[in-house]
Amino acid sequence: MFKGPVESKNEATMSELVPEPRQKPVVPMKPMGINTSLLGYIGIDTIIEQMRKKTMKTGFDFNIMVVGQSGLGKSTLVNTLFKSQVSRKSSGWNREEKIPKTVEIKAIGHVIEEGGVKMKLTVIDTPGFGDQINNENCWEPIEKYINEQYEKFLKEEVNIARKKRIPDTRVHCCLYFISPTGHSLRPLDLEFMKHLSKVVNIIPVIAKADTMTLEEKTEFKQRVRKELEVNGIEFYPQKEFDEDLEDKTENDKIRQESMPFAVVGSDKEYQVNGKRVLGRKTPWGIIEVENLNHCEFALLRDFVIRTHLQDLKEVTHNIHYETYRAKRLNGNGGLPPMTVETEENHESNL
Amino acid sequence: MAASDAGRHPQNVGCRTLSLSAHVGFDSLPDQLLRKSIKHGFCFNILCIGETGIGKSALMSSLFNTNFEDSPSTHFLSSVRLRAQTCELQESNVLLKLTVVKTVGFGDQVNKVDTYQPIVDYIDAQFEAYLEEELKVIRSLFSYHDTRIHVCLYFISPTGRSLKTIDLLTLRSLDSKVNIIPVIGKADSISKAELQEFKKKIMSELVSNGIRIYQFPTDDETVSEINTITNGYLPFAVVGSMEKVKIGNKMVRARQYPWGVVKVENESHCDTIKLRRMLCTNMEDLKEKTRAYYELYRRCRLEKLGCRDIGPENKPVSLQEVIEAKRLEFCLEMERKEEEIKQRFLQRVNEKAAMLEEAEQQASMPVCLVSVF
Repeated sequence: MFKGPVESKNEATMSELVPEPRQKPVVPMKPMGINTSLLGYIGIDTIIEQMRKKTMKTGFDFNIMVVGQSGLGKSTLVNTLFKSQVSRKSSGWNREEKIPKTVEIKAIGHVIEEGGVKMKLTVIDTPGFGDQINNENCWEPIEKYINEQYEKFLKEEVNIARKKRIPDTRVHCCLYFISPTGHSLRPLDLEFMKHLSKVVNIIPVIAKADTMTLEEKTEFKQRVRKELEVNGIEFYPQKEFDEDLEDKTENDKIRQESMPFAVVGSDKEYQVNGKRVLGRKTPWGIIEVENLNHCEFALLRDFVIRTHLQDLKEVTHNIHYETYRAKRLNGNGGLPPMTVETEENHESNL
Repeated sequence: MAASDAGRHPQNVGCRTLSLSAHVGFDSLPDQLLRKSIKHGFCFNILCIGETGIGKSALMSSLFNTNFEDSPSTHFLSSVRLRAQTCELQESNVLLKLTVVKTVGFGDQVNKVDTYQPIVDYIDAQFEAYLEEELKVIRSLFSYHDTRIHVCLYFISPTGRSLKTIDLLTLRSLDSKVNIIPVIGKADSISKAELQEFKKKIMSELVSNGIRIYQFPTDDETVSEINTITNGYLPFAVVGSMEKVKIGNKMVRARQYPWGVVKVENESHCDTIKLRRMLCTNMEDLKEKTRAYYELYRRCRLEKLGCRDIGPENKPVSLQEVIEAKRLEFCLEMERKEEEIKQRFLQRVNEKAAMLEEAEQQASMPVCLVSVF
């Protein structure tokens, strides 16, 4: 999509005195290894520093949603992930409070900073999911919320006078909590993930993994992976979005071995071997949250925060959002139906 | 950059600022972002405007150590054309796709009335291409090759006197569309003393004519000092050279005269190195400002098409509705044209049929005559 040079309008009348090439690819610069004298250095690698400065100044947004039946330790896990009280635990329903009739969506934003990097973290909780007697369509409010965020972003993007930086409330990552039954996935789990894996990045986690032995854990994980594959559920990182071989090998290992992560969360500290660690104290021992021998919390944390956070955002923006946008602009959704039948389907190409 | 500053940021109103009890690890976010950007590669587009022979190719070759030479152009072109060249530069792990667009035949015409128009059209065409891609239903902005011009180097002739009228005209038509950095070409033909006077004169003329040129950003403490000093060196007096001369035991880019050698990379000889440094260290800012120019173009363009953010009853109108209305209009127009063409075709067919019939009748007559004999 390279626009060639502009040609004069009088070209037909005036004969060409000089042959006019359109574009001439030039011999690329000699690779750095050969010409390393000071003469060779231009300074274009400073662009990395410039970008770093720019991103540090503007800060980052990250929106994470947690879905799962109540009591699976969602709030505790999010608090453990972000080492602060980002999520207030629902202390069970008081006798005066009623159990919500439908799934509620609660989004709470926090600003956290580490190493000069500012992040606006929004945790979206979904109390009431899977808690009713009849849980049919309980994913609908969640899907609606996710699409509403895409719609909000689209509206801003389509404005004539746009903001320099559109506020991003789109859900970048959805942690789905699987009950550690040890058998297989529940129908509710499959239904939810089938509907939502096309709309948002889903990362399945096995909650309260301290109720399973190592063998049970491995078997359960294998079974869950198999079931997800059989049902055509693509969880994050999706195979089709691997950009290159490097990504593919890295992600393959995660997809086929580590996921779904079997996690344990805790916000209490105990003394183990002279160190203070986060853990759960039981009569038979202390379960260390960040010990890879005990549970896979550290893997989840590294995966979501330390290596794939930016990628989660990019897949959301480049793929899920674009899919929504294309559907919206093509499908006439929400607009009054046109009365004239159009013969061809022109792309809105102004 | 305390967390409390972030709390006061307009988008974060209503958010609590939390303190972390231990290391979480999202301080690697900039690294993650950079890794992706490096994999994706960078691109940069420069537009060089200047008279034929003022040294555009030589300067580009000197700045980026790459051969941007092309066939010498004649002075007899009827109007200005633009020629684009792309090359890929690699430095450590940064891959830059550099595009240099040069004017051909600028200032050569006897009547220079519309000289700047092809240039403005070219810049607008790049904006238009990006806008088109952005408005598509199925688009791939992520892999789109951005051809918008990020910086325009305007070459001023080293007359030593002042700016020419054509300079002022061209600059005025461009300053709301692109970042302009004025440079004095072939600066080795002016003496040091004259140069200072010349620079001052040029800058004051630019100011008095209300022409906005690119100012290097001074809001970041780490670079504000350097940038303020550099802003004082504008316009850059540059010398470029395609050839290398052997000095000592190294080959350096230079111009060899009987009375001495002008070294391109010597800062006391010319400002070429300053220009290079400033271009490289402010690439992001130039791209940022280009985005702002693009937004302006987009706004004007969409308004011209009749789109508004607020409808007649002061209710927000969605761009989609306008696009739909326009699409409908377009379809109706297409149908009408199709009908017209069909009618014309039918008419022609009938005409041709009548002609053939007549010709057949005429052709059958001599046969009868022949048979009589």
